[in-house]
Amino acid sequence: MKRWIPLILFAVLVGFFAKGLFLNPREVPSPFIGKPAPPFTLPVVGAAERTFSPEEMKGKVWLLNVWAPWCVSCRQEHEVLMSLVRERELAIVGLNWKDKKREAEQLLDQQGNPYVAVPDDLSGKTGIDYGVTGTPETYVIDKSGLIQMKHVGPITPEIWEKKFEPKLKELGA
Amino acid sequence: MKTFRHSRAGGNPVPYADWVADDNLDSRLRGNDGLGALGWLLLLAAMLISLSVHANEAALNAEDPVIEARLIKMAEDLRCLVCQNESLAGSNAELAQDLRREVRAQMKAGKSDQEVIAYLTDRYGDFVLYRPPFKPVTYLLWLGPLLFLGIGAGIWYLTLKKRRTLKETPVDEKQIAAAAKILDEK
Repeated sequence: MKRWIPLILFAVLVGFFAKGLFLNPREVPSPFIGKPAPPFTLPVVGAAERTFSPEEMKGKVWLLNVWAPWCVSCRQEHEVLMSLVRERELAIVGLNWKDKKREAEQLLDQQGNPYVAVPDDLSGKTGIDYGVTGTPETYVIDKSGLIQMKHVGPITPEIWEKKFEPKLKELGA
Repeated sequence: MKTFRHSRAGGNPVPYADWVADDNLDSRLRGNDGLGALGWLLLLAAMLISLSVHANEAALNAEDPVIEARLIKMAEDLRCLVCQNESLAGSNAELAQDLRREVRAQMKAGKSDQEVIAYLTDRYGDFVLYRPPFKPVTYLLWLGPLLFLGIGAGIWYLTLKKRRTLKETPVDEKQIAAAAKILDEK
């Protein structure tokens, strides 16, 4: 028995390393889970006189999708979001993060707009208030305005099925 | 052989067959003749230059040296969220620049270091801290080394104890005689 101890220790170590190897280092645990979505009031892309604030979404389960026209993986995600809103009722707010070249309006005109509102976070400060580290990131916010989930990286159909669908069902969307 | 090494770094490639056919095997195996004194000096100079360049990275907007010094001191212990192995002080990622600007503004507004760090951990979690706080989830992290030291000490003690009992067991004369016999036969 005793001679097996080093091998067992080695196997445990390999187990830890293997687990670590397949973790996503971008998936930083968000301190916002279960906390209220930080308030903001921002002008809306394409309607300069209108503003958006999360208050307006009270009573709805909704997604806050942080994206940017300069973000390549957001383009892939854009198509997924388009097909999602075509198939079902879904309120996605698209926070336009640091769009310094002001391309969002044109892009949404050309490629379609999956969002119910596109608040314009030019300075990036609202994104920082939500702990955004890069685009795309998506928050699931419940009826009382609490953040229930955060997803880092583009949403793919598989991720939607596995991660979002059960969460939305749980929240009664 | 010199031509071969040069050609590999660019210039005319030497066909593999020619290289293999070269009979000056020894220098081929050694590969590098080593750096001369001048080479080492140049290397050292290059390293020093890169060091000073690195130290300047975060001090781009140094209008207020006091705040800048505070910022750099603090940001060295903070993680850049984009390039996660860089500190917030050293990173040139856009988010790091934004966060430095934010920290600078808050310091200017008279916030203490603790308040600024709280601002960051409220948004990005303890993950931004290179020195995680001591709390239940990090007990194993902080006390782990002591735990392993304890385990090591335990094993050490048991080994010594076992050796002592071995020494104290009287030698079996019969076994020694048997061993001597085997040795003699050889």
